[in-house]
Amino acid sequence: MAAKRSIRELYVAARSGERRALGRLLTAVERGGPAADEISELAHPDSGTAHIVGITGSPGAGKSTLVGQLVSDLVAAGKKPAVLAVDPSSPLTGGAILGDRIRIEDGESEAFIRSMATRGHSGGLALAVPLAVRVFDAAGYDPVIIETVGVGQVEVDVVGAADTAVVVMTPGMGDAVQANKAGLLEVADVFVVNKADRPGANDVRRDLDLMLDLSHMTGQESETGYRPPIVMASALHGDGSADVWGAVEAHLAHLDDTGLRDGRRKHRMRTEVKARLEQAMSAAADQAMDSTVGAEWLDRAERADIAPTRATNELLALLLNTDLSNIDMQRNQELS
Amino acid sequence: MSDEPQIRILLAKLGLDGHDRGLKVVARILRDAGMEVIYLGLRQTTDSIVAAAEQEDADAIGLSMHNAGHMTLAPAMVKAVNDAELDCPVIVGGIVPDQDVQPLLDAGVAVVLGPGASAEEVAQSVRDAVAAVNS
Repeated sequence: MAAKRSIRELYVAARSGERRALGRLLTAVERGGPAADEISELAHPDSGTAHIVGITGSPGAGKSTLVGQLVSDLVAAGKKPAVLAVDPSSPLTGGAILGDRIRIEDGESEAFIRSMATRGHSGGLALAVPLAVRVFDAAGYDPVIIETVGVGQVEVDVVGAADTAVVVMTPGMGDAVQANKAGLLEVADVFVVNKADRPGANDVRRDLDLMLDLSHMTGQESETGYRPPIVMASALHGDGSADVWGAVEAHLAHLDDTGLRDGRRKHRMRTEVKARLEQAMSAAADQAMDSTVGAEWLDRAERADIAPTRATNELLALLLNTDLSNIDMQRNQELS
Repeated sequence: MSDEPQIRILLAKLGLDGHDRGLKVVARILRDAGMEVIYLGLRQTTDSIVAAAEQEDADAIGLSMHNAGHMTLAPAMVKAVNDAELDCPVIVGGIVPDQDVQPLLDAGVAVVLGPGASAEEVAQSVRDAVAAVNS
């Protein structure tokens, strides 16, 4: 059996095309910690060119089937696509059934498909996904497709931070309003009405069109006048995947033409750094609660001696090791 | 949930064998035991399973066999895994006659589970097989 290799050795091997090494790296990315940090350091300078495409939609909308079709098309066109398929973990047991591969039949081709479970804490997802994308990018995969179920803020953020966000809808699910609720309308760059061979597909299209008209009227339309196209598809039958990819590439061209791609990149970086910061803060909060001082303040709050708000502020000041009024001032400046 | 690294296991039917209910039950059992199950489903080949195991960095491969092809297919899977230098135990479940169990183990299959295996037994044998490879 192969000897255990260092992160750097795995990285070099993955860059030279060894898929097993890339698989190992992605496991380290998922586990997080110092190994993931090292991967981040290594991959950062080697990445930044891949077109990152997020695909989201309700469970059963046909995302995986569509992705499978896109991957086939891309491989046939001589591209080297990577797919990160995110599925939820059970909150009770931490286990997960990752079933996206079953719809993607090009597992042996040039494409690289990796399933990722949310692992109970979606905060972890916000760290693991961007790093996994960077590793794919550094290993020469382009485009990198992220597939998630469009529920939960983190999932929406992850897709929203892609270069191009594709939202997949289907007839018969009240989807236009539901998608509006989930905040998907704001992040979508391309809409796909999948299962377009079914009754009601045109209704979905009309509803979407109406919603897009509204964003025009309420001034939410992008400054460059970009209006997300609505593409009809029937992924299971292979219909429309070429149109979907055409719309995705047209959007990328739009980003490049308008110089907006750098903005996306910046937004993505901001989302990731903020997520990392939040996770570090959350870990610090746990530490503070377990500390003697934390226990003291908790105790006083319990005895109704002081209010929990005050205990929080005291601990926060201690954590940041700085003057609280100062923090409030900075925060106010940010808000104003 | 524990802090131990989560086990990732591929589940597949190898070759022409459409009986996937057992595999779906096992997928559920292993998920409920806290594992991440990458479900490949029907009509896989040794090549497609090896490719998936590499990309998913799987800790184990579970094959469900109900087509009496286990004496050919299971050793072929073990060979494919070894050729690819994957540290991945191959676990077989399904209908395997008693007299075939030892020959399969001799051929490198890590565990053979029959229809009477309990959920706990299934999960524990996966954990043990993974631990044996990593020790």
